[in-house]
Amino acid sequence: MEIIVTGVLLSGTYALIALGLTLQYGVARIMNLANGETLVAACFAAFWIYTATQVNPLFALVAVMPAAFALNWAIYSLLLRPLVRRAKNRGMLEVDSILATFGLLFILQGLMQLGFGGGYYSYTFLAVPFTILGSPFGLNRVVAFIAAAVIAVALYLFLNRTRQGTAIRAVAVDPVAAGLSAINVDRASAFAFALGGALTAAGGTLLSTFYTFDASMGVVFTMKALIIVIMGGVGDVRGAVVAALLLGLAETTVASLIDPGLTLAATYFLFVLTLLFRPQGIFGRSTA
Amino acid sequence: MSAFSGREIRVFLAAAALALAAALPLADQGYYLSLAVNVAMYAVLCTAWALFSGPTHYISLATAAFFGLGAYTVGLGIDTVPFAALIAIAGLVSAIVAALVGLATLRLSGVYFVIFTLGLAELTRQVVTWLQTNFTTGVGLYVFTDLAERHIYWMLLALGAAVYLSGWLIARSRLGFAMRIIGNDETVAAHVGIDTAVSKVLLFMISGAFIGMVGAILAPRFAYIEPPAAFNPMISFQVVIMALLGGSQRLWGPLVGVIPFTILFDFVSGQFPNHTNLMIGAAFMLVVYFIPNGIVGVMERLRLRLGLRKTPSASGQEKAA
Repeated sequence: MEIIVTGVLLSGTYALIALGLTLQYGVARIMNLANGETLVAACFAAFWIYTATQVNPLFALVAVMPAAFALNWAIYSLLLRPLVRRAKNRGMLEVDSILATFGLLFILQGLMQLGFGGGYYSYTFLAVPFTILGSPFGLNRVVAFIAAAVIAVALYLFLNRTRQGTAIRAVAVDPVAAGLSAINVDRASAFAFALGGALTAAGGTLLSTFYTFDASMGVVFTMKALIIVIMGGVGDVRGAVVAALLLGLAETTVASLIDPGLTLAATYFLFVLTLLFRPQGIFGRSTA
Repeated sequence: MSAFSGREIRVFLAAAALALAAALPLADQGYYLSLAVNVAMYAVLCTAWALFSGPTHYISLATAAFFGLGAYTVGLGIDTVPFAALIAIAGLVSAIVAALVGLATLRLSGVYFVIFTLGLAELTRQVVTWLQTNFTTGVGLYVFTDLAERHIYWMLLALGAAVYLSGWLIARSRLGFAMRIIGNDETVAAHVGIDTAVSKVLLFMISGAFIGMVGAILAPRFAYIEPPAAFNPMISFQVVIMALLGGSQRLWGPLVGVIPFTILFDFVSGQFPNHTNLMIGAAFMLVVYFIPNGIVGVMERLRLRLGLRKTPSASGQEKAA
């Protein structure tokens, strides 16, 4: 029972990060391997805001998310749009964007290592026990989960209830057809990419309240987010949330029952199962 | 007639370059030999990487996993099995892992493959560490041999020659022909009756086996093997960037990238150890935005512009450089 609750609490943050990535890959068609670096940058931002000004990390979200939005919009406009324009087909764009975001990954990671060094960082926020079903859990984890859930629901409503959200979903399904029905595909892609960055940053801010982080941990989170995105089906919000839950549960189970050093193996196990049986994602239809 | 003699010249130049490179330990046994080992190591790794990733355009990040498996094979067996046999076993183990990874991912699109290989080194590291802490006495392994740096260097050169020869043979085989069709258009390849998944898995196995053998050869250089050093994910990224910098469309392309990058990287990590990540990042950006076909692509465009349309005979000279 304790394992299940811990897993669910962890999965809230995973879901946010994966939602960010699924927007970037599913809508803007950019496989952003530097996504984890946005997350780490947000961790450091929250850390810095909290230690310097004692501002509650939940309020820091108000500053971090727009900043990440602007930064990712700039990254898309300056670095990725030229690649989108020059790509002759989707495969070429994939290879180019993977390599470009690798470059970005190393540059961002290098900058953060220069700024903060290679050490581990953490801060204490709401580290008081909170009882769920008879067992104590860190209140910071519970708060992070609730915040993540609120943001995820807001995203779902935005995508399904507003004009702009519908446009984004249309681009996800078919960019050419979306363009034909008077949607500015380029703008919608940039918006989705920036929004994805903001969501990931939100995930990072929440993660930093209960997790010890360092400048080079981004790749591991990118990895997990990618697997969640594939499991849930690319561009599928519902699928990403369910996959994040599964991944959080699997990781916590393996970490507490077998060995904490094998969490990635658990992730890979799920990944291989997905590849073998449902490569189109949990809710995906088998189209090809 | 002239094409035949041109090929003869190229083979001669390649042999001369190899002989010249093999004579290097006679001149220096210190810094330059150690640098040459690095160059030779990355040259073999990058060429083996490009065997698979060049024609398929699939970016493999599994290099560190194969490399580490090779090093571990030697670490586990050095006291009981002859070194030469261990190199062969390392190749075999890597080929088996490559087959498993390939079977899981290469039937699907390239993205799955990239994602899977991205975490493969970390996954193998976790599994090896877990196996060692739970079923053996300690995490590290000692490798004591009487092999000196120059022996390692010569073995790498020999392996390099083997990689080049295999690459040349593959390009002339049914498999190589199939790969070129797959690389150009996979749908066409499937329609003319090529089993695309099997071809890709086979090639990935060959490439992985060579990388595993490099890891095995370098194990005595480490002397002490532990998971974080053997499965260092940076190796994967460095191999990708060097191969692409040189150009992965030609067999000798990666070498053109390896030599300057290894020397520059050695300099940067010596003088500015905190800036290596920035350098790798900048190199990726350079490749994507300015020289998408690598240095070789730039050279070929220059040659076209100068009107010298003769087929590349610069390959031998490049190796000597």
